[in-house]
Amino acid sequence: MRLLEVERLSKSYRQLGGESTLAVHEISFQVDKEEFVSFVGPSGCGKSTLLMCIAGLIPPSSGTVKVKGVEVNGPPPNLVLVFQEYNKSLFAWRSVLGNVLFGLEVKGDSSREAEGRARHLISLVGLEGFERHYPWELSGGMQQRVAIARALAYDPEVLLMDEPFGSVDALTRLELEDTLLRLWKELKTTILFVTHDIEESIYLSDKICVLGRRPSRVLLRMDIHLDRPRNQLSTRSDSKFVELRNEIYRQISDETIK
Amino acid sequence: MKLFGRINLAGLATFCIFLLLWEGFARASPLLQLYFPPVSRILLSLCQLIFSRELVGHIVATLGRFLRGYLLATLLAVTLGIVLGYFKLAYSLSESLIEFLRPMPSVAIIPVAILFLGIGDAMMVAVTVYACAWPILINTIAGVKNIDRTLINTARTFGLGRWKALRKIVLPAASPYIVTGLRVSLAIALILVTTSEMVVGVSGLGFFILDEERSLRTDNMYAGIFLVALLGYGLNRLFLVLEKRAMAWHRRMTAGEQV
Repeated sequence: MRLLEVERLSKSYRQLGGESTLAVHEISFQVDKEEFVSFVGPSGCGKSTLLMCIAGLIPPSSGTVKVKGVEVNGPPPNLVLVFQEYNKSLFAWRSVLGNVLFGLEVKGDSSREAEGRARHLISLVGLEGFERHYPWELSGGMQQRVAIARALAYDPEVLLMDEPFGSVDALTRLELEDTLLRLWKELKTTILFVTHDIEESIYLSDKICVLGRRPSRVLLRMDIHLDRPRNQLSTRSDSKFVELRNEIYRQISDETIK
Repeated sequence: MKLFGRINLAGLATFCIFLLLWEGFARASPLLQLYFPPVSRILLSLCQLIFSRELVGHIVATLGRFLRGYLLATLLAVTLGIVLGYFKLAYSLSESLIEFLRPMPSVAIIPVAILFLGIGDAMMVAVTVYACAWPILINTIAGVKNIDRTLINTARTFGLGRWKALRKIVLPAASPYIVTGLRVSLAIALILVTTSEMVVGVSGLGFFILDEERSLRTDNMYAGIFLVALLGYGLNRLFLVLEKRAMAWHRRMTAGEQV
């Protein structure tokens, strides 16, 4: 049994005039345990809609999502979504520790071990000493680290990430990518990552699905056989990396011209 | 705990000059003094009234009605506001009714309240609840509507149910708006309590002020007015101190501190 199975998932929205637009068209894929899978595609191609359907936040128009063989019908207990807008998704009235504890609280776990776990994750994302700070006292990159720690403290089987580094500056972005890879390896978690940054998707992933413009459908699937651990300098200058990037870029831009 | 914060010396001086002018004018015109006694005499009778304990019962009565009305209004309006703000259908069903009732001066329902509840405490508390509920309700609705969808979705992705989200996410996220409503209603509560005491009361500061006026004991009447003013001032101060504590995260957030 695969960890996550998406089968012929489609989503259309009804617009004001009564016409419906198709955002996602018959997407199918599987994710296995401890895999890092990315979806890359142009902005507004329906990537976020796809993730929202997988997270059970909106119902698909047709098709199914299964986590460990169980069909998703509302937010499943073993799956968490990290949003791009950290400033809108962190709880401003809770401290960093309070935010990271949130998922455990919802699970009904307010034990001392839960707090220990939260503190451990805060230090893993590099925010030791900031436990009592409030989110708005931190920089954007640090806020997204809090959001990631909060999601991982919940111990999800699949971590969904919707352009999580889309709102931070370029250098912070590289740092966050490396932090994420380190956490992924250490915690043996499974990540489904959405981005419009081709290089980011190659740098991070084992597998990539390239999506076309609206409605989203899979243009291309690739396995990324680059050595791990990856390195911002050597991996990105590897000739295989450059080839992959060119190939994906060609696919996306060809489709745009059509 | 700082109760008074920074003292505005210039403002305080203006206030003292106002009292001195009052004193001077009143003393200069003995004919007017019955209606317009000097401040010193008002303060004197205020002290006498307090020490003779004549006022204590009235203060307790007014404060009791104020607290019951204000707290009950808070409970009702926050609960209702969250439901109306969160569930679109509930809001569209009640919008016209709210827009019709809200601009009506709340004292206009005093006669209705007398008809249904008589002239006891229940009527005065009910009128206070009615008047106080509007600002809290309107602000709570606005606060809830203003919450970003992402915040709710974040809570849901952690498996938080719809009803639990109301308490754990919606209430704190809307709290800055709710507090604004509570601050406005604080003054309204005191207005409605004293007004209804004047209309139907046999106790309370509103009743006392009107009763002393009818007996032409104007020193006492003014003393009662001073006391209501002090009460309003004190309650507002107390509110600000509590707000500062409870909403520290928001006050500092909007001040824009960053490390």
